[in-house]
Amino acid sequence: MTLAIEASVTKRYGVREVLHDATIAVRAGTVHALVGENGAGKSTLVKILAGVVRADGGKLSVAGTSVLLGGWDRRRARAAGIGIVQQHGASAQTLSVVENAVLGAEGGPLLSLAEVAAQLRALGDKIGLPIDPLARVEDLGLGAAQRAEIVAALYHGATTLILDEPTAVLAPVEVEGLLATLRTLAREGKTIIFVTHKLDEVRAVADEVTVLREGVTVATFAGELDVQPIARAMVGEDLPPATTLEPPAATAPAVLSLGKLSVGRDLVEVSLDVRRGEIVGVAGVDGNGQRELVLAIAGLVKSRGSVRIGERDASHDSPSRRLAAGLAHVPEDRHRGGLILDATVAENLALNRRDITGRFRVDRDAVRRNAVKRIAELDIRPADSDAIVRELSGGNQQKVVVGRELSRPRLQIIVAAQPTRGVDLGAVAKIHDRLRAAAKAAAGVLVVSADLDELLALCHRVVVLLRGRIVGELAGDELRTQTARGELGLLMTGGVREGAA
Amino acid sequence: MIWRPSASTTRELQAALIALLATIAVGSALMLIYGVAPAGVWLAMLDEITRDPYSLGQMLYKATGLVLCGLSVALALDAGLFNIGAEGQMTAGVLTCAVFGAALPADTPSFIAVPLCLVAAAAGGAAVGALIGVLRAKRNAHEVITSIMLNVIVAGVVLWIGNAVLFRGGTTRGGQIVDGAKLPELGLAGSAANWSIAIAIVMVLLLAWLRSRTTWGQAWRAVGRDPEAARSVGISVGRVQILVMTGAGALAGLAAANFVMGHKHAFEEGLGRNTGFIGISVALLGRTNPIGVAFAAIALGTLSAGGLAVGDKVPKELTEMLQGVVVLAVAISSVWVHRRSIASERPLVGKVT
Repeated sequence: MTLAIEASVTKRYGVREVLHDATIAVRAGTVHALVGENGAGKSTLVKILAGVVRADGGKLSVAGTSVLLGGWDRRRARAAGIGIVQQHGASAQTLSVVENAVLGAEGGPLLSLAEVAAQLRALGDKIGLPIDPLARVEDLGLGAAQRAEIVAALYHGATTLILDEPTAVLAPVEVEGLLATLRTLAREGKTIIFVTHKLDEVRAVADEVTVLREGVTVATFAGELDVQPIARAMVGEDLPPATTLEPPAATAPAVLSLGKLSVGRDLVEVSLDVRRGEIVGVAGVDGNGQRELVLAIAGLVKSRGSVRIGERDASHDSPSRRLAAGLAHVPEDRHRGGLILDATVAENLALNRRDITGRFRVDRDAVRRNAVKRIAELDIRPADSDAIVRELSGGNQQKVVVGRELSRPRLQIIVAAQPTRGVDLGAVAKIHDRLRAAAKAAAGVLVVSADLDELLALCHRVVVLLRGRIVGELAGDELRTQTARGELGLLMTGGVREGAA
Repeated sequence: MIWRPSASTTRELQAALIALLATIAVGSALMLIYGVAPAGVWLAMLDEITRDPYSLGQMLYKATGLVLCGLSVALALDAGLFNIGAEGQMTAGVLTCAVFGAALPADTPSFIAVPLCLVAAAAGGAAVGALIGVLRAKRNAHEVITSIMLNVIVAGVVLWIGNAVLFRGGTTRGGQIVDGAKLPELGLAGSAANWSIAIAIVMVLLLAWLRSRTTWGQAWRAVGRDPEAARSVGISVGRVQILVMTGAGALAGLAAANFVMGHKHAFEEGLGRNTGFIGISVALLGRTNPIGVAFAAIALGTLSAGGLAVGDKVPKELTEMLQGVVVLAVAISSVWVHRRSIASERPLVGKVT
């Protein structure tokens, strides 16, 4: 069988070598999974293949023809039939789906948007990724925006489609839909390169697997895929066993109390208590009020109803008062509100933290000491307090946010939105450990996540949000049953839980 | 201890230096078109400034006003606000400083009169700046629009007040400030340079310290670099914007110390005109760093004072044009330097993970 892509490339960012002769060979008409921890170089590798980033050296063949890496850019890659859907999307937010699809594409000056829109719609329906070509991208959820990019890539005649962590932003139902579509596309002769952290997805959809670790290809798998050896290849060691959860004391007081909390029509009268030592999960398909719930608790959006943090009625408090009352907030998107990307690790770890910097004069030694401590605690790499956060991998950026928020003094309640989105297995484990430790150290934790496995692994109790309301709850042993996943999935999609009155 | 600039400082220095060289190149090209040898003009300019005490003094006089207005624009820019309004804030400061200085009892000692007049100057500018900040924070009115409007409004109001009450007997000059409020000249061959330069230096050092060593500086830079992140960690973005614009206005207003207290000793129509606008060039060339602003003010002050000194060789409009060319050169060079250091490593779209 012919190889759609065969590559062996090296890439440096500054002095740091992120890819060292990383090899990948993708057979045409297969789904090829590219897995590895964050910072392993997966995104960089696929960006080189797609001509988004230029390699420093190596070789690349596309459909059996070797190409010159020095001149390999997005334009040439697209002409060679390589489409890419990037991790954070690359659509212009204020334009419609169809306008994005024709951006930078070949075509006459008199191109008819209506015609292209109709073709996009038809193509989407055909491959099972329905889209609205006339919607503006900023009005779409992350999942819908991603579908639009996939359809646009295929519309431009992509024969090899690269998806960089496409499932990170999707709800379970959407993930299944996407995986089914990938299989269909492969059957029709398309080649798919699929970057992911999630090994169950790999097993469900991939024909072959390439594992990257620290910029080097360490293993490839084909045929019957077994999860354990792939996971071992990724992290280079056996995974630690999942820790068991101690239930919170029955008498523990509530550290977060929400009373009929509402935000416009997006969040409707949500009442919820989180007790000291308890980890409560919020499940739901993206866009069902999770975002508003978190922002309302943090005081970053106008809301009605009451919010109690620890002993304090914080309903009318400013964000900084709420933080002072014992709230920690890990925002949904580390690139939008979590971090100052152009500041250093140390600066971000002490951002508006007068307990570290001092009230007026910044104690730079204290800032550095704090950074060194957090870096060690969370294994942030590189272990350099002066590194610019933008240059860190996604997982390490997230560790910086978590490190800052969980180190707040007098913590009562941690609200973590998608704390491990787009984060590698090692970092997931670290972040989960820190959340568990915080709960054990007498704080409450509220985790909002689109990843059911995360919630099942972490939570004492999971509530489900649908159209801005809490529609159901699973607690304790109910979460440890084989059917828990299915029941939550049913609640999330509007089904009724079996046995519920 | 040896000073080793960080990567970002090096980048800023490169950008400023390239912009300066580009400006000199454009100036040289214009001189060639005009028909004189550029080298001769530049050397004559430097020669004047370094050898003739009067020209040196005039340069320092210009630079003093430019430092304060440059700091005003730089502070706002650091917090993500583009203060086009330093001109109006300075003008307001000139008015309040001169009116206040003239209204004091004639025998007010200088240790009282000078601080009071400085406060009056700063307050005049601060009031205009605060208005811009409040409109931005509370009404989300863009500061570029409001500050341009206020430049015009302030100029009109000040002229009206001048005509109505201040100007004396057919002149465009108001009453003298009291002797105690006058700042002595530096004594450079009768040039306008005066001790307000000390105020400018103190402000440079104060702002540099606030910016890099205090939680205030951290907060305003956080707002400038990523307001969303600043808000999420509990910084009140609106309050920072109001305070920063108030401070920026005060800095521009303080330029009145140079023009009124140090030189003209009275309100005059058009006093200090354009210093606020050239302050934008100064802030950009100084890359919003207070120390950088000081050097940029000297560079543009040299251009301004030196341009007059070589007026027999090239028209002064030519050197004035260069003050605008600096803005373009900085814009282009900073993008270029940024690309060179970053884009070779990273695509312009998308993140590396």
